[in-house]
Amino acid sequence: MKIEILGAGCPKCKQLTSNAEAAAKELNIQAEIGKVTDIDKITEYGVMMTPALVIDGIVVSAGKVLSEDEIKKIISK
Amino acid sequence: MAANCMCNETGVLIFSCSGGSDVGELSDRVARKMAKCGQAKMFCLSGIGAHIPGMIESTKAANKIIAIDGCPVSCSKKTLEHAGFKVLAFNLKDIGFEKGKAKVNEESIEKAASIIAGGKIEETISRSSGGCCTK
Repeated sequence: MKIEILGAGCPKCKQLTSNAEAAAKELNIQAEIGKVTDIDKITEYGVMMTPALVIDGIVVSAGKVLSEDEIKKIISK
Repeated sequence: MAANCMCNETGVLIFSCSGGSDVGELSDRVARKMAKCGQAKMFCLSGIGAHIPGMIESTKAANKIIAIDGCPVSCSKKTLEHAGFKVLAFNLKDIGFEKGKAKVNEESIEKAASIIAGGKIEETISRSSGGCCTK
């Protein structure tokens, strides 16, 4: 599974990254977690608001910091 | 906050039908006018129709969503509602612009933008960054 956090690196982005890492760890999932900070690449996803969470190339949230539990639910679908 | 951070509050998003007719063009110009004046952020209706996940998710983050349609077919409103969004809808026909007879000029753009800004979204706009369109 590939998880990407879209955002310029503000505290919200860092929190979302931390929550995503915790969710993957909790579910014992091998995930490649990366950050996308380049604005052009972020907008290529159609994302207008960050932080955004992308799982396997699909944007699953934008403009909010999902909790660890919320991320776990999305990953488990 | 990091440079170029896009994590500010989304605020009001505005979508126009931007259709091929005179009123379609007017809807587009009105939305751009309101966006330029800082009353809302214009976003792409086609992205909603295409179900682009990034655009759908970004739209979910909006405080308010405004749809401006040129004619009673209401494509903008219906496209957004079809995607599950609740919108504040404005139709240019309801404010005096008739398809095939509407003039698209600064006067008509200003008139439509002023009516929209002074109507249902007045409260919302007053919470945003202000703008040059409201009288």
